[in-house]
Amino acid sequence: MISENKEVLELVDQLVRVDRLGAEKIFNAVREQTSMSRTVDHLILPALEIIGRGWEEGTVALAQVYMSSRICEELMAHAPPSSSLKHPDHPPMAIAVLEDYHLLGKIIISSCLRAGGYVFHDYGRVTPHELAKKVRDDSIEIVLISTLMLRSALQVKEVKRLLVEAGSSTRIVVGGAPFRFDPLLWKEVGADAMGANAVEAIAAITSCVKGNTK
Amino acid sequence: MTDEQPSVTMTSMERVFTTMGHQEPDRVPFFLLLTMHGAKELGLTIQEYFSKAEYVVEGQLRMRRKYGHDCLNPFGYTAMEPEAFGGEVIWFEDGPPNCGEPIIKTEQDILSLQAPEIYSTPCLVRMLDIIQSLKEKAKGAVPVMGTVVSPFSLPIMQMGFPAYIELMHERPDLFQHLMKVNQEFCVAWANAQIRAGVTAVCYFDPLTSPTMTAPGTHLTAGFRIARETLARIQSPTAIHMASGKTLAVLDDIAATGTAAIGVSVMEDLAELKQACRGRLTVLGNLNGVEMRRWTPQQTEDKVREAIRKAGAGGGFILADNHGEIPWQVSEEVLMAISEVVHRWGTYPLRDLYT
Repeated sequence: MISENKEVLELVDQLVRVDRLGAEKIFNAVREQTSMSRTVDHLILPALEIIGRGWEEGTVALAQVYMSSRICEELMAHAPPSSSLKHPDHPPMAIAVLEDYHLLGKIIISSCLRAGGYVFHDYGRVTPHELAKKVRDDSIEIVLISTLMLRSALQVKEVKRLLVEAGSSTRIVVGGAPFRFDPLLWKEVGADAMGANAVEAIAAITSCVKGNTK
Repeated sequence: MTDEQPSVTMTSMERVFTTMGHQEPDRVPFFLLLTMHGAKELGLTIQEYFSKAEYVVEGQLRMRRKYGHDCLNPFGYTAMEPEAFGGEVIWFEDGPPNCGEPIIKTEQDILSLQAPEIYSTPCLVRMLDIIQSLKEKAKGAVPVMGTVVSPFSLPIMQMGFPAYIELMHERPDLFQHLMKVNQEFCVAWANAQIRAGVTAVCYFDPLTSPTMTAPGTHLTAGFRIARETLARIQSPTAIHMASGKTLAVLDDIAATGTAAIGVSVMEDLAELKQACRGRLTVLGNLNGVEMRRWTPQQTEDKVREAIRKAGAGGGFILADNHGEIPWQVSEEVLMAISEVVHRWGTYPLRDLYT
């Protein structure tokens, strides 16, 4: 049992200072006391949530969010195999960036998802047509789309159109700067949910799984 | 070229320098930082538009005649500096060109990186030609704004943000080497623009925003680089963090010796103005992404709110918060912004609550 979030706060401290060894020490200490799924639920995800919220509030920088998510991903990669993770039975998922070489947002979300025990396809940088095809071919039920530029964000409309045209009911979760600057944009492009950070993205996935979206 | 508005008494140049001297000019100056919209004016694709200096010159002049804003903007696209270093530019029909694959993929790429020779690099020469021509047409009445990407922020495009963050944390030796190459280029590029005729240089440095980089070693390095670089740029400068927050680092920004700061819509403009009063001119902070769908009433409300919060006492230039107005923002919205500034931005400011 993890006591009073002490370990979570200590992990947050190590992560924002980019202290891999310090973070690993806390992770291992908790992992020895409990299962992997509880370690994820009660240590990794809460720590990433605090860091994500810190970015929203301006107390944590994007570079720290990125390095924290990579360290957590590394900790999970060195842990026992995915059979012990919490989310092996979620619907088929994928993540992609639309037409952009700026992959930071996708990498942060991917790292957090892996650290949280999610398994998904990573399509990298794709066009709307490529994405719609891959989603259909892999029978993806939830697709996360990261964008940096307004133009790319508006391309989500085209992804939605192609999926609807193909009779797909795949849920679309979007994230990235344009959606942060215009809180109505995700609805305009036909997305089912928006995640301003990794934890919001995970919450959006959970909502999609339950059939609810915000 | 002079102002067409009968109610104003200053040229754009006088208006901008008066406000930057923290005095009230005849009206609030406003910069519509338009790049791609010139292509619409000329009926060209964005790629065609940026292919010839005369197109951009004509586009800038037409847009200033139409909207009556207070600067000319020879800047083309952010991917231009990576292009000068040998990178690929990916063009779109409805948005700014993007950087292609990073030019730096290995340690050796950093060690062998050479700054481009300005006068033999076509994209840079083209921008210098634009500056020279705009300077001639402006006849001293309108500021011509130069633009450089900071040495600290340029690697985001040279090598990709994730790899750059890891380099900063794990390879300080290579980071220093990269900064040295980029700094020499930045100084040379800024001063070439000044020789060609820009009035001031905007130093785009999103990475020194605490939104992007945590206080500590790397942010300290970013501001040290800014201080060193700006000290060698031979004109007034403005720092722009491209929507990043600035309030927490205003002292660091002022210490660079810059005259103005581009501020984010994510922070309160009145609070920013108060913190900058007398030492930094505030440039901002209309939301360019939302602007795309503003109604005339929303436009009036947003512009009046900005003037009410930051206009008093000068030291304020109304602009968008990112440094480039998106392609999707319509002529109607841009016209409406202009009309509201001309109607409500005349000093002494009227009661903007009514």
